[in-house]
Amino acid sequence: MTAMPAARPRSPAVGYWIGFAVVVGLLVVAPLVLPPFWQRFATEILIWGLLAMSSDILIGYTGMVSFGHSAFFGLGMYGAAAALLTVKPPSLGLAVLYGLVAAGGAAVFVAYFATRLRDIYFAISTLVFSQIFYVIIFTWTEVTGGENGLTFGQPRLSLLGLGSDRFTPTTFHWFVLAVVLISYLLVRRITQSPFGQVLQSIRENEPRTRAIGYHVERYKIVAVMLSGLFAGLAGVLYAFQNKFAAPDFVFFVVSGEVVIFNVMGGMGTLVGPFAGAAFFLLLREGLSRFLTEYYLIPLGIIFVIMIIFLPQGLLGFLRRRLNA
Amino acid sequence: MLVLEKVDAHYGKSHVLHGVSIEVRSGEVVGLLGRNGVGKTTTLKTIMGMARRTGGRITFEGRDLHGVPPHGLAGLGIAWVPEERRIFRLLTVLENLRTGLDRAGMTPERREALLEKVYTYFPILKERRNQAGGTLSGGEQQMLAIARAMMLEPKIILLDEPTEGLMPRMVAQIQEIVHALHRDGVAILLVEQNVPLTLDAAGRVYIMEKGAVRHHASSAELRADQRVIHEYLGV
Amino acid sequence: MDQILVQTLHGLVNGMVLAMVASGLTLIFGIMDIVNFAHGDLLMLGAFVGASVLGVTGNYWLALLGAALVIAALGAVLQVTTLRPLIGRDPLTTILATFGISLVIQKYALWQWGPSVRRISEPVPGDFTLFHLQYPWYRIATAVLAGLILGGLWLFLKYGKYGIWIRATTQDRVMAQAMGIPVPLVYTAVFAIGSAMAAASGVLFGPFAGVTQTMGFDFTLRAFIVVVVGGMGNLGGSILASIFVSLLESYAAIVVSPAQAVIVSFVVLVLTMLFRPTGLFVPTPK
Repeated sequence: MTAMPAARPRSPAVGYWIGFAVVVGLLVVAPLVLPPFWQRFATEILIWGLLAMSSDILIGYTGMVSFGHSAFFGLGMYGAAAALLTVKPPSLGLAVLYGLVAAGGAAVFVAYFATRLRDIYFAISTLVFSQIFYVIIFTWTEVTGGENGLTFGQPRLSLLGLGSDRFTPTTFHWFVLAVVLISYLLVRRITQSPFGQVLQSIRENEPRTRAIGYHVERYKIVAVMLSGLFAGLAGVLYAFQNKFAAPDFVFFVVSGEVVIFNVMGGMGTLVGPFAGAAFFLLLREGLSRFLTEYYLIPLGIIFVIMIIFLPQGLLGFLRRRLNA
Repeated sequence: MLVLEKVDAHYGKSHVLHGVSIEVRSGEVVGLLGRNGVGKTTTLKTIMGMARRTGGRITFEGRDLHGVPPHGLAGLGIAWVPEERRIFRLLTVLENLRTGLDRAGMTPERREALLEKVYTYFPILKERRNQAGGTLSGGEQQMLAIARAMMLEPKIILLDEPTEGLMPRMVAQIQEIVHALHRDGVAILLVEQNVPLTLDAAGRVYIMEKGAVRHHASSAELRADQRVIHEYLGV
Repeated sequence: MDQILVQTLHGLVNGMVLAMVASGLTLIFGIMDIVNFAHGDLLMLGAFVGASVLGVTGNYWLALLGAALVIAALGAVLQVTTLRPLIGRDPLTTILATFGISLVIQKYALWQWGPSVRRISEPVPGDFTLFHLQYPWYRIATAVLAGLILGGLWLFLKYGKYGIWIRATTQDRVMAQAMGIPVPLVYTAVFAIGSAMAAASGVLFGPFAGVTQTMGFDFTLRAFIVVVVGGMGNLGGSILASIFVSLLESYAAIVVSPAQAVIVSFVVLVLTMLFRPTGLFVPTPK
């Protein structure tokens, strides 16, 4: 009788981490070898990936579909804008702080109302909330610049009072990579923790989780907050990169795209969203060269086909491996 | 007419039926007895395509039911009266009946005739025909469920615990109906926990336990020797 | 006082159009648990098709009918190809699928008809006078037409064999199948009907504000809100809710800008979901 294979390890195989290291290595090297356009592109993929990962906490781990991430993202942007415009000299740390507070505040608001609702009602209410924020930002022209948004300068790289250099595209890319890496590792730690197990249990069978004795609402609220904070962080990074904040990013379509990244990349994997973002953005880049703004037609069709035939997404096969 | 050959069934990962073999011939009333949870209802649901058949064969009038969509069974002549009755609560009594009455090939005359016939069996339904199904009492709903099945002019009725929760007077009425259907030549697969009623109505009886058929005899034999009943049903 | 009168009329008229849109959405949800994100885009497509037919034939009624039929067919095709395979899966997947379809439809419309605004001219010219106000006749006609169509839908569902099939399937799909009702076909038919209602609404609404690719989203959002407030799957409720919410929004528009008046409907939605989740006009089940 052949020997039984070793029991499936609790943590993902070494193979995964090797692959992970390779990808990170490539990302580190990227700004040094890519032409400027693609350099920027790589940085953007990281930022959108971070946003999509934040959404994965809800969709992939807790089983809550949210169409409201555009609100957290946008508020992170506007929060950073507020810091960079009102406090001189522009401080990186302060911008991050303002952005997180703004996004976090919205998350509390959404969490309080929305976690009382189940499934579809939650999804609709997040959609509605993000639209509320959109309307407020769009019409409160004195504060938010209304339709035109706000423009500001990029802060210098300075942490805890050390250093004060301007960002170059390369150093900015490394900065974003660092932030994203830390975020990923942090979120991964959280999802693998007992807290994360409860979230997954909520996703699998909410009534049973409640029956066991867990206060499901509280877990959901924390999940929404976490998700909102990282989404806001992504917004802050985006503000840094582009030096403007506009209401378009708070509009529902951004939320929709985030969900697309999740689905295409693989929900419940945390890395899947990054793959999904990369896949979508690369496809968009490629298709729009031939089809200009109509790239969404084939892209949308690909998306629907993936839902039907590949619902687990590109990296969905990793889901079991990555989650205890 | 209806033949289950060594049928296995699963609900998700649960293996719920093991090699069940049952036969109902044309015009026969066959009983299916057993305690709660032994798989009687599951057997009916497997015939109706609601549980996943993972082994064996189910044929009706020689035709394999595999691949027949759930909505095709009524057309073949198989009617189902479920345990929970499942009448359409927001539809009126008449509308409930119409879900079976409005079939291809039903001329206005045939419809009238069928409706009148069912009203003779169940006068109370005629009285309540414009009332919403949900406002009927338990016994009336049971009658409506049976009447609705009769609308399909079926060759066989799968009758699941028709007397459950009913008062003795109603139980007697149901017994009458079963006899009347039998006289009409309709075959019945009667799932029940009411042993006397089953032995009276059915010619043959299968007894199930733990998802399998354990015993098969004529009602006469079972009446003569009460030990079998006692062993499987504890009565 | 005049303002209030005008806004009341606006509210009623808009409410009737919204009711048509919402009715399709709530029917679809009630029977197959699908939240049709693309509903507003079907409306938009219907408006474009209607505008095109109008351009060719010059006949408003043909435009209305043509749009409804074309979009009904499209809806049927969409349901069979993309939604039928998803039956039985996580409801999340249908929301995503219809969202994807919505994106494709929007861009397709842009590609097919270009970015400029299309016009659907008023079917009934002139204004009528109420006290000393002028109000366009066609808006009243639109509301009446919407009412007639909704009435027709209600009659169809209440009487007639297929209406019974639809209502039975909505209540108990499994039992309906056991009675021989071809449920997959019923699903497709209901989706087609819902799509037709959306398309017709688009043509009706065309003269109000012109036909653009983005007109759909607003309706989708409002229709969702109204369907929840009215009670999901509840046709009468969604009609009442449509009028209620539209009136509130119209009155709010007196005080704040129209862009901000939409928040009123959001607030109503949130309150409903918190306190009467089965619907404002539905008695809370015991």
